[in-house]
Parts: sequence; structure tokens; C-alpha cells
Amino acid sequence: MKVIVSAAEKQFINSAIASGKRLDGRDTYDYRKVRITYGTERGCCEVQVGETRVLAQTSCEVVKPSGARPSEGMLHINLELSPMASPTFEPGRMSSLGVELNRLLERSVRESKAVDTESLCIVVGVKVWQVRVDLHALNFDGNLLDCSSIAAIASLHHFRRPEVTVSGEQVTIHSLEDREPVALSIHHMPICVTFAFFQEGKYLLVDPSDREESVMDGTMVVCMNIHRELCTVQMTGSMLLLKDQLSRCCQIAIVKVSEITEVIKSALANDAQARKEGRKHGFAESKVSSRITTGHMEEQTIPIKKEVDGSGSEDEMEDEEEEEEANGGREETQNGSDVKIDSPGVGTIGEGLRNTWGVPTEDSDDNGQDTIMEEKATTEADDKRGGKQELPEEPLDKPKYKAEVKAMESDSEEEETVVIGSEPVHNRVEENSTKLQEGELDLSLALKTASSSGGQRRKGTSRKKQKTGPK
Amino acid sequence: MAGLELLSDQGFRLDGRRPHELRKIQCKMGVFKQADGSAYIEQGNTKALATVYGPHEVTGSRSKIEHDKVLINCQYSMATFSTGERRSRSKGDRKSQEMQLHLKKTFEAAILTQLYPRSQIDIYVQILQADGGNYSACVNAATLAIIDAGIPMKDFVCASTAGFVSDTPIVDISYLEESQGGPELVVALLPKSDQIVEFQVNSRLHLDNFENVLDMAVKGCKDIHAVLSRAVKENVSELASHMNKT
Repeated sequence: MKVIVSAAEKQFINSAIASGKRLDGRDTYDYRKVRITYGTERGCCEVQVGETRVLAQTSCEVVKPSGARPSEGMLHINLELSPMASPTFEPGRMSSLGVELNRLLERSVRESKAVDTESLCIVVGVKVWQVRVDLHALNFDGNLLDCSSIAAIASLHHFRRPEVTVSGEQVTIHSLEDREPVALSIHHMPICVTFAFFQEGKYLLVDPSDREESVMDGTMVVCMNIHRELCTVQMTGSMLLLKDQLSRCCQIAIVKVSEITEVIKSALANDAQARKEGRKHGFAESKVSSRITTGHMEEQTIPIKKEVDGSGSEDEMEDEEEEEEANGGREETQNGSDVKIDSPGVGTIGEGLRNTWGVPTEDSDDNGQDTIMEEKATTEADDKRGGKQELPEEPLDKPKYKAEVKAMESDSEEEETVVIGSEPVHNRVEENSTKLQEGELDLSLALKTASSSGGQRRKGTSRKKQKTGPK
Repeated sequence: MAGLELLSDQGFRLDGRRPHELRKIQCKMGVFKQADGSAYIEQGNTKALATVYGPHEVTGSRSKIEHDKVLINCQYSMATFSTGERRSRSKGDRKSQEMQLHLKKTFEAAILTQLYPRSQIDIYVQILQADGGNYSACVNAATLAIIDAGIPMKDFVCASTAGFVSDTPIVDISYLEESQGGPELVVALLPKSDQIVEFQVNSRLHLDNFENVLDMAVKGCKDIHAVLSRAVKENVSELASHMNKT
């Protein structure tokens, strides 16, 4: 199954990148949040980069060494792309993406000699340790390679192999209960950083997400360690690059690698601490379990502009999970008056929409706000807009409602049919069309009816009006 | 193998070259009658053969047809007798698959793919003798074969390797120099515009030395370009002279 990206989406993403913006609000050189959690078993680790998740498990066994290198142990790395991660991954034969990722991981970890294979030798030519790192992609949201390389390194550092004693001809492999297992001898931590190029290499992004990957020209993978050594560099995709672009990528990669190495080291330290103190450790402890649903969103800072007749004022809002608040803040009113926004972060809990069934209900508040607002508005003659202005604060207003409101305003300059709260919009509209000249009359009537009935039947009031209208 | 002096005190490498010297290149175009384009190249002891078929109708799975550009199909294989020890390699080997992917990506960037929509170009490369620089020999041979087939490209694609030994960057590394475990940098370049098509670094190379080694590899590519373009011109003049005779 191939990913299908619409032309409109491609264009949108490209133009956003051209103006330096990314879909999730990151900067061009920012990584998504990297989270490392360890399991109870040694060598088990799960890494999350944003929504991309990879699970790694290291294991070892004693085998006969290869003829070419009788005094060295072996390290195998394997990344499985199962359809669980993404519907674009097919089961069975490894796709070209799978081959590419596996080769890059092999080159970055194995061929850069991160693990000291000579220390894995038990008896030369007879017995050596074979260490396997099995990686499974659990969720694919772009940039699987970086996530896998972090997982592989974190898992290798966490792993402990059984201790072996060789006395003459006798080789004893101590069980885990017998002797404390021994860590692998790891020289350095190679971390892969992926750069995605767009529009013929003009723009570059670090850590592309799924959408960005579907639009990109190609990537460059720079695998480095904190000692500023390039372990692997690979250009993928058919692109043409210049030398200075390569150098720039390497410079950026150094910074990123040191950041990520810090994250790995702190995660290892935390886990070691927890184990030492005898506290509970493992996935059950360290996984964020407040929500199981996928609808959970990270906290994000979204800069919003209050666009009111060209007077724009920037407002930084902490947006927990509702983006409608941001929408509400940007609400435009046609008559040009200022949109009042309460202090940012005010979350009015929606009490549902206005009932448009025409069924009489007691509390037919369109705003869900208190009736105080309505009364305020009724007293101000021209100011039914006042009532409507409160609407922007209603966070869960559907656009349909707002549209109706706008329509209302446009043709009801003089028309009064005030009764802000209790009058349904559609009824108002029909009244407007019929009784433009009799506005004032209606106003008095409306006021009477509003004050007297309050939560009167809508149909009742409207019928009344219609009856009394043409006089 | 330990203890081999890759760079002697006088500045000579194992095969007597200076650090900036390429191996001897000999090439021939149009070696096969059946193929649309073919070429044979020898870089020192590395011998590579490339054949190109196309552009033709898409064979194989029709799902791979691209409506706006040509599909490039690459196959890379190493002969069993190519290395020191005879080894039969399976086709689906990961390393050869990786090599095929890289070749495909390289030529997709260089060939004017939008001229032949819904068609396919096949590039088959065979290594007859492997002595280091397999990828670069393949790319150079394939470039000549594509030119021989008359398929338009943006520019020659010239590839070269470079390494780093005893604080000196060396160009065009051989198998012995490669297997010592030192860093290896492979670059494929479009020489006229200095655009890098394919770039690979294997084994640890310190960032401070990166620029120098890259420059050395780029210089090596340009030198190879001089050799290849001379070969193409000779081939064309030979063909022209044959045509004039008849």
C-alpha cells in the first residue's frame, strides 16, 4: 500500500517549509520529544521520538566464531518493519526501505566498531558470544532510523551478559543467579541524525515527520558520536547537493548528537538508580499511563494573532488540548468592533449548542453563558451585537452557528428582534426579511415578551410576533 | 594483515602511488552487440562491466509504471571469482541490494528521467575483479554505458573513493587499504556543476578531517571525469571515421 499525498497537501507543506514553519510548530532544527523507557529485563528498551516508537531487545548466545575472525565475537542488528507500525509496511519480504534502514543501522553500530567484539571472545576459534539486537517498529510517524539507532544504543548499554570463567580447558558460563552479569564493552555511542531536503535541496529539516517525509526529495543521514567522529554518512533519495550543504549538516548534527546522548545517559542513570534502590522499575513504572487513547496531545505553544481589522496583536497561548480556543481568539466580526478575549487559557466549558430543533426548552441559552449577558444586551438598543460578541469566548461553538450569526448581522442593521438569548437564529432571519420597517414595533414587543417570558417558547414568541407584526 | 604500512615515510602507498594519485584507468565502450549500451572499465585491479538496455516498455510488474518519468532498474552482481576467495553470493544478499538501491538513486538523479515516461531503463553491472572501489567502478562503467546507449544525462557521473591514513587523505583506495579498517568516503559527482549525487562515509572519520578528505575525493572525481570524457571522444571519433569510410 502506497502513501497517497494529495497535491494540495504537498503544496501546503512545501509553502509552509519555505516560510520556515512546520506542521507541528517545531523549528527547522528541532527534534520531537525523545522518551526512553526501560523494561525489567536487561536490554529491553522502548524509544519514542514524537509518535514514532521502536522497541529494542538485546540478547546473546554462545556460538562458534566465523573462520575469518576466530578471535572476535559477533554483533547482529535487525530491524523489523511489521504492518503494525504502518499500513504501508508489507509483511513478508523486506522492502527497499527495510533494506536501507537495516544496512544503515549495521554500518552505524557494527561497522563503526561501537561494541568491542574482541571482548566477546571466550575461547579463540571455539566459542564466542553472538550479540543480537532485535528492533521492532511499533509505530511509524516518520524518521524511523533515528529512533531505531537510539533504541539500539540504549539497549546495548542496558544489556548485561552472563559472566564466563575459563580455567584451562574448562569453560564455565555462570547463570544470572550465580554471578552478577557483566556489561558489554562499548567504545562510543553512534547516533544517527536524519536531515530531510525539500525543493531541490533548498530547504532542510531535522527529524522529518510522516507528512514531511512523504513530500521530501531525499534525506541525508549523519551518524556521529560525541567525540565528533563521523561513523556513517549516507545520502538517500535522488538529490543533488553541494559541498557546503554537507558541511552544514555535519555541524548541526554535532549539536543534536550531544543532546540525544545526554538523554540516553540520563535515562540509563535513572534506571540504574531505580534498580539499585530496589524500587520498581520497568515499563509498568515508567510508562505514562494517564491516557490510553491516542487522542492525547502534547502541550504545545501556539502563537496566535488577533486579527481584528488589520490590528494584529500577538498572543502566546498555552493550549492544552483545545485548538478551538485559538480559533475563538481569532474570530473576526464584520462590524469592526473589537473582539474581546478574556485572559488566554480561559477554558469555558461548553454547555452544548443551542437547540435548533424548535423544541421548546427551558434553558435555551445560545451562549451557554448566564442570562446576565442577555439582559445586558437587551438594554442596549443597537447592541445585540454585544450578545454575539460574547460568542467568541464560547470555545466549542461550531462554525455553522457563527456563520448564522454573521448572516444575521448583515441584514439586520435596524431590525431589532433583540431577545438575544431566547430567539432562535433561523426565526430571526425570517422575521428580518418580512418586517424591516416595523423594527421598532417589534423591539418593544420583543422586549416585553423577552422580559415576561424569559425562557418562553420560541415558537410561541415568534408566532406572536408574526401575528402582531403587520399592523 | 596487521603491520602493513599503508603510507610509507617517503609518502608512497602500498602500490607505489602518491596519496593524490589515481590508479590506472582503462575503459572501452560498446563491448556488446546485444545491449543498447555497454562499457568495460578497469581501475587498477578492479574490473567492472556495465550494460544498459532501454528505454523500453516496462517489463515485470506493471504496478511500478511511473506516469511522469522513466523507471530505472539496476542490478549489481559480483562474480564468484572476483574476490581472493571464491564465494558464491546469492542475489538477495543485503549488501548487493543496498548497492543496487544506491546505483538506482544515483542514476535517477543524473538521467533526464522526464523524457521517457512510462518506460524502463535497465542497468546491469557486474564486477569481474574486486580490488576496492567497487561502487565507483560500477558508477563509472554505468556512466559510459549510458552514454553509449545514447540516453541523455545531465552530466557525466564520476565516482571516487578517498581515505585517511596517517593524517593524510588518500584517493582511490584499494582493497588492502580498505580492509585495514580506516575511514572510507565515497563520492559520486556531476563534475561541471560540482553537485554531489551520492555520498557515503564508512567507518570512523573525525569531523576535522572531513573537509580535506571530501576535497580529495572531489578532485579524484574530476580527474576521472577527464579520463572518461577523453574515452568518449575517442569512441565517437572512431565511430565517425568508420561512418565516413562507408
